[in-house]
Amino acid sequence: MAQIGTAGNQGPDIRSDCFASLKINKSGGIKIFLSSKVDALYKNSIQNLALQILDFYNVEHAELEIIDRGAISLILAARIEAVVKECLESDDEFLLDMIPENQNSTEKDHRRRSRLYLPGNSPKLMLNAGIHKPDAVILDLEDSVAPDKKSEARLVVRNSLRGLNFYGAERMVRINQLPAGLEDLEYVVPHYVNLILLPKCETADQVQAVDEKITQILTEAGLEHPVYIMPIIESALGVVNAYQIAAASDRVAALAIGLEDYTADLGTQRTREGRESFYARNQLVNAAKAAGIQAIDSVFSDVADMEALREVVLEAKSLGFDGMGCIHPRQIKVIHEAFAPTEAEITKSKKIVLAFDDATKKGLGVVSLGSKMIDPPVVKRAQNTITMALEASLIQENWKENDQD
Amino acid sequence: MASKFVKNAVGRMIPEKINGKPVIPYQGVHKYITDGKRYAPPLPSSANYPEDGNKQVKDLKTAMKNAGIKDGMTISTHHHFRNGDLIANQIFQVASELGIKDLVWFPSASFPCHEPIIDYLKDGTIHHIEGSMNGPLGRFASLGHMRGAGVLRSHGGRYQSVQDGEVVIDIAVIAAPTADPFGNANGLTGESACGLLGFALADSQYAHKVIVVTDNLVPFPCIPWQIQGNYVDYVVEVDHIGIPERIISGTTRITRSPDRLFIAELTAKFCDEVGIIKNGFSFQAGAGGTSLAIGNYFGEIMREKGIKARFARGGSNQYLVDMLEEGLIDYILDGQTFDLAGVRSMRENPNHVNTSPFTSYNYHGKGNFAGIVDVVILGATEVDVNYNANVVTHSDGYLLHGIGGWQNCLFSKTVILPIPLFRDRIPIIRDEVTTICGPGELVDVIVTERGIAINPRRKDLLEKTANSKLPILSIEELKDEGERICGVPEPVKLGEKVIAAINWVDGTVIDVVYQVIE
Repeated sequence: MAQIGTAGNQGPDIRSDCFASLKINKSGGIKIFLSSKVDALYKNSIQNLALQILDFYNVEHAELEIIDRGAISLILAARIEAVVKECLESDDEFLLDMIPENQNSTEKDHRRRSRLYLPGNSPKLMLNAGIHKPDAVILDLEDSVAPDKKSEARLVVRNSLRGLNFYGAERMVRINQLPAGLEDLEYVVPHYVNLILLPKCETADQVQAVDEKITQILTEAGLEHPVYIMPIIESALGVVNAYQIAAASDRVAALAIGLEDYTADLGTQRTREGRESFYARNQLVNAAKAAGIQAIDSVFSDVADMEALREVVLEAKSLGFDGMGCIHPRQIKVIHEAFAPTEAEITKSKKIVLAFDDATKKGLGVVSLGSKMIDPPVVKRAQNTITMALEASLIQENWKENDQD
Repeated sequence: MASKFVKNAVGRMIPEKINGKPVIPYQGVHKYITDGKRYAPPLPSSANYPEDGNKQVKDLKTAMKNAGIKDGMTISTHHHFRNGDLIANQIFQVASELGIKDLVWFPSASFPCHEPIIDYLKDGTIHHIEGSMNGPLGRFASLGHMRGAGVLRSHGGRYQSVQDGEVVIDIAVIAAPTADPFGNANGLTGESACGLLGFALADSQYAHKVIVVTDNLVPFPCIPWQIQGNYVDYVVEVDHIGIPERIISGTTRITRSPDRLFIAELTAKFCDEVGIIKNGFSFQAGAGGTSLAIGNYFGEIMREKGIKARFARGGSNQYLVDMLEEGLIDYILDGQTFDLAGVRSMRENPNHVNTSPFTSYNYHGKGNFAGIVDVVILGATEVDVNYNANVVTHSDGYLLHGIGGWQNCLFSKTVILPIPLFRDRIPIIRDEVTTICGPGELVDVIVTERGIAINPRRKDLLEKTANSKLPILSIEELKDEGERICGVPEPVKLGEKVIAAINWVDGTVIDVVYQVIE
């Protein structure tokens, strides 16, 4: 165990975060040295929280320094817990209340057009992520977290899953590559994570290992909420095994592709035209659809070029992808617009939905349009299309009144 | 010297005297009507001035001595050079060298470049400041180090105080980018070009003595004469009056913060949905990054719908000039130019008009422009649940910003404050604001990233948004959401000493600022 534990971030550009360091002593009681940007308004609350956490871990003699740059309680708590755990061995978790908004589950076919990556050790970016209304947020424990920050990031991610309101976005966590990723699961699965992203996935075994671990954690905790898996295919081998991966577990809700690593694996460069990954993307879409799940495209990394992003999304949609990753909140709107239904799609969906309404009204078990029978999945897709069109204000709420004839 | 306090119309306790002068407590919007006559400076005679019109003297010190500088006088300056001003500090350096004491500095605003003024507050040259105190000066005053109390006024309130004699300017020093030896001056040309000199207009007309300082002396006539030489006593030529790159304000870039862009877009959507953005409308947005983004979103909506605005009130900058030149706006009525594009446009485009606080904001005019504007976008450090807003102090009590035209703009038809729900864990919506700068009855809409609150007085706006998809919440709901994220702030203990008065646009005192205990 370390003599002095440290956690968090500091520096003039750091906001909504803090830096903590702890030295456990043999005597002298608890001494807290707090310098905070919000001292005038939260000094007592920060000190009380610190004392509560030290007491929780039975620390009686210690010097705790906190350099606070406006961190909210759940971040302060994560940082203080992290420094305590650097200084002493404990599996106990100091948990703040879970907000009711974060105790919801999602459906396997939940809409996943956009998912916003949020570095797991950067609280500032997480705070307002939900206001941009992505379909999902990804609290990332993998590439965006420095190797020596992995442990403290787990606590930030865990506390955020419990206490940060993402305003309806599906809550995803990208764990580390296995085997480290299996340990990450312990910090997120009991806290109502909706979906686990499994990076650099190459075989069905890896998915099954994650599936088993999730089941084990849920069972031990007496929890039953669904936790889905989205394997990210980022290598040539992964592409070859895409269908086995997609079909490896009932928890797999989508397959995603990561093109930076994939092109590196091929020994080539990622280009804007994307010819080098055309095969892989098609293969991935095909494998996903064969397994009855969603296909999700890679991120587009030029955050300044919204026009190019729009083109990339339209292409992804035409290839059969259901969504894309985003690395900047401004990308969300463009992605949603590009995934929005076209006029032809809306017209067709309106007809199907009206036919369905008609059949329901008449008590018919079968929906038909003209001479054609309509299958239930087609009805469901048409209903989704109408929902998306309403959300994008492409049709009026009362469209049925105007489209009856 | 404990003063008695009385409660004013927004419930704040106001001392009966500030700096030894009696105070009129705020009485309500449009409630305080004064009679009497406009203040007038001594009557000059042209016989006392050089017949050849050459009023040039060799340096600032000579001009100040000739102007009769003595202890206790009030010296005024303008802030058109913003953080690039080189003259204000020199004035008090000269005064200090002359052994003058107890001056009152009456700037139209101060900036971080005026930090050296602290030395002259310390050595007794300056007694106190009546004007905005930003950054270091604000901190100095907040800690109770200034001998007198500061008096903060809006741009319009400054004009009012000069016109009704609440402030008598003994010497006005007007730094001018271009001037002639007679004292005619403008801000349009020269290396320190700043566009216009509207903030110095009252000073030129009402001060007992007027000194024009320039680094671009041209032969008579200096055209146009934004400042008329007939008001001017002395002209001084110096090497540099300002630092051009700092005259251009640092905030004139559209924000890149996704959260601020989100608020800006939501604000524009709101204005569109309630029908504010329509043919012939008018707007005023400040020069902050979020405000600029709102102007940009306005532009997008106007282009898409083929809408033209009759006028926009400046602070002008590249973005507004682009809209004027594209034909989206008929006129810019400009109070200050924030960048060189604004200066150029004002020089070249007759539809880019220079204005002063007299036309736009003044209480003692026969009306002013502020109420004609359809929508104004303003900032705030705090807003309370009754929509009272603060723009001068932070929640920890420090006085860090001036009022500017903020109070005057509250008279616009719709006042919108787009603000984040919290900044660095500090919630913006409070039960009570630290300092009331504007009464809640004039604040209509708060737009935050987590929802929009409409003042219940604005039933029309509430009706128009009744079936809207916009996230309309009550201000209490917004406050609760902020506190849920940040925690409920602890009460801040401030000292008992009053370090500044906040005047309302009519000269009454709406609130006072207390000393911060470190």
